[in-house]
Amino acid sequence: MNESQHVLSTLLRPRADHDRREKLIRAVLLLFSAVSIFTTLGIIAVLLRETLLFFQEVSIVEFFTETRWTPLFASKKFGVLPLVNGTVLVAAGAMLIALPLGLLAAIYLSEYASDRARKILKPMLEVLAGVPTVVYGYFALTFVTPLLQKIWPQTQAFNALSASIVMGFMILPLVASLSEDAMSAVPQSLRQAAYALGATRFEVTLRTVVPAALSGISAAFILAVSRAIGETMIVAIAAGQQPKLTLNPLQSIETMTAYIVQVSLGDTPQQSIAYKTIFAVGMLLFMMTLMMNLISNWLTRRYREVYE
Amino acid sequence: MFDKHEIALSVKNLNVDYGDFRALENISLEIPARQITAIIGPSGCGKSTFLRCFNRMNDLVPTARVTGEVLFYGQNIYDSKVNPVEVRRHIGMVFQKPNPFPKSIYENVAYGARINGYKGNMDELVERSLRAAALWDEVKDDLKKSALALSGGQQQRLCIARAIAVEPQVILMDEPASALDPIATLKIEELMQELKKDYTIVIVTHNMQQAARVSDYTAMMMLSKEGSRAGTVIEFGPTPQIFTSPRDRRTEDYITGRFG
Ligand SMILES: Nc1ncnc2c1ncn2[C@@H]1O[C@H](COP(=O)(O)OP(=O)(O)O)[C@@H](O)[C@H]1O
Ligand SMILES: [Mg+2]
Repeated sequence: MNESQHVLSTLLRPRADHDRREKLIRAVLLLFSAVSIFTTLGIIAVLLRETLLFFQEVSIVEFFTETRWTPLFASKKFGVLPLVNGTVLVAAGAMLIALPLGLLAAIYLSEYASDRARKILKPMLEVLAGVPTVVYGYFALTFVTPLLQKIWPQTQAFNALSASIVMGFMILPLVASLSEDAMSAVPQSLRQAAYALGATRFEVTLRTVVPAALSGISAAFILAVSRAIGETMIVAIAAGQQPKLTLNPLQSIETMTAYIVQVSLGDTPQQSIAYKTIFAVGMLLFMMTLMMNLISNWLTRRYREVYE
Repeated sequence: MFDKHEIALSVKNLNVDYGDFRALENISLEIPARQITAIIGPSGCGKSTFLRCFNRMNDLVPTARVTGEVLFYGQNIYDSKVNPVEVRRHIGMVFQKPNPFPKSIYENVAYGARINGYKGNMDELVERSLRAAALWDEVKDDLKKSALALSGGQQQRLCIARAIAVEPQVILMDEPASALDPIATLKIEELMQELKKDYTIVIVTHNMQQAARVSDYTAMMMLSKEGSRAGTVIEFGPTPQIFTSPRDRRTEDYITGRFG
């Protein structure tokens, strides 16, 4: 058999077997993706239905403008703002810790650490990200809060600050890891260009690597915010159950997630309007994190385009 | 050899090792100021490694170790008192693949000046550098445009403008035209002739014709001996002499295409 005959015979090799297997694999994979998509859609549908039912009884204007949240009391007020306030307060505090420290850690890992240090530290960060959040919650309640009370005696037993601090450290690895990915993706040729122009390592990092990775880093930041807003265990354990419009982090507050836990685990009758509030709150929470994730996604896509 | 030219860079007994692999062995030569010196040789013989010795870019390779001396107007740039960052402000570099920053054209050119705390008029510096790199006329109306939107040849000239804006004495170029089409290549070569009035240029090229066309001096590199992987300069002299009457048999073989 000469060369061209051989080539022809391979090209024309029967493909039926091959095709059938490919089709089967594709069908199985499709099934699994479909299951996860339909589950998500199902959850959204339930959430949406219950939310609409809720808003038949409570006006949406009251929901967003009333400043008291007392669905579990005799005199019911349905203003979600105190819960949003609690969520934002805790999340903002957490971000004050997670974003700068996470970025610094990423800069160290990507630009300063030796290969060996990076190979040891990065997996450690990822392990830290895997600690169950309930552990963080107890740490906040039993270790951080007493510490805060030593510094500021007026600190309440449940307070926003200790949840913020611990949540910040919980989210830090996520920020560091994603930002490090974005910075490592900056081509070496850009660093070389900067060095060749007489830049110091610090200037290369600050003026070249970070700006070039900025959309990836912002995506990491937004994901972190979304994570903070949705975080439940720490706030349920350590931040309290008092919906309050306050900016004082030493006070007991209640976040949207903690409220949902409180009602879900409590003895509120399932058909009551009080019970239905958790769907409205859940829907709002879902919209907020969805929006964050969409923005983060969009930013990540944008930053991929830069080098391709 | 070149009494009429000042010596910009003088290399003495230079060796480079990557870990325990010796990449360059015992190189000594002198680079004349405001001339174009070409470094030619088969790929893998250490041309890029050699070029990176002139602005201490090998410092960025953790395994690289440079021994010997490189004197820049008499000062050994490998002296422990010398700051490599300062070296790179005097000896600029243009890379094989154009590597503009993902910023505007203007910001690319201004980058070096900004980090060096340039006090003069930035607009003027940017214009002067772009003119010197023969790019001004093509980009003067959209300096705010992303540098990544330029063609490959324009990007490479932008990289040259960016290097010029730091006001160096020497510009190193590592196969600056190898990623470009023939017309863009020609533009870069013409540009080099202009630049040589003000700058000392060292260019690595694997393109023999290019070396013959543009350079005044040529250094021929090869692996130092059979079986060794260490490169060295086997012959150095005025380009016409290297190309018409090489002293070394291996240079002749390489130039006439009987090698590599
Ligand atoms: N960063 C590096 N680490 C280890 N070896 C390297 C490195 N850079 C180049 N080398 C080796 O040094 C030799 C010379 O490479 P190089 O200077 O790139 O040659 P050229 O530019 O002539 O093609 C090659 O064998 C190459 O594999
Ligand atoms: Mg090379």
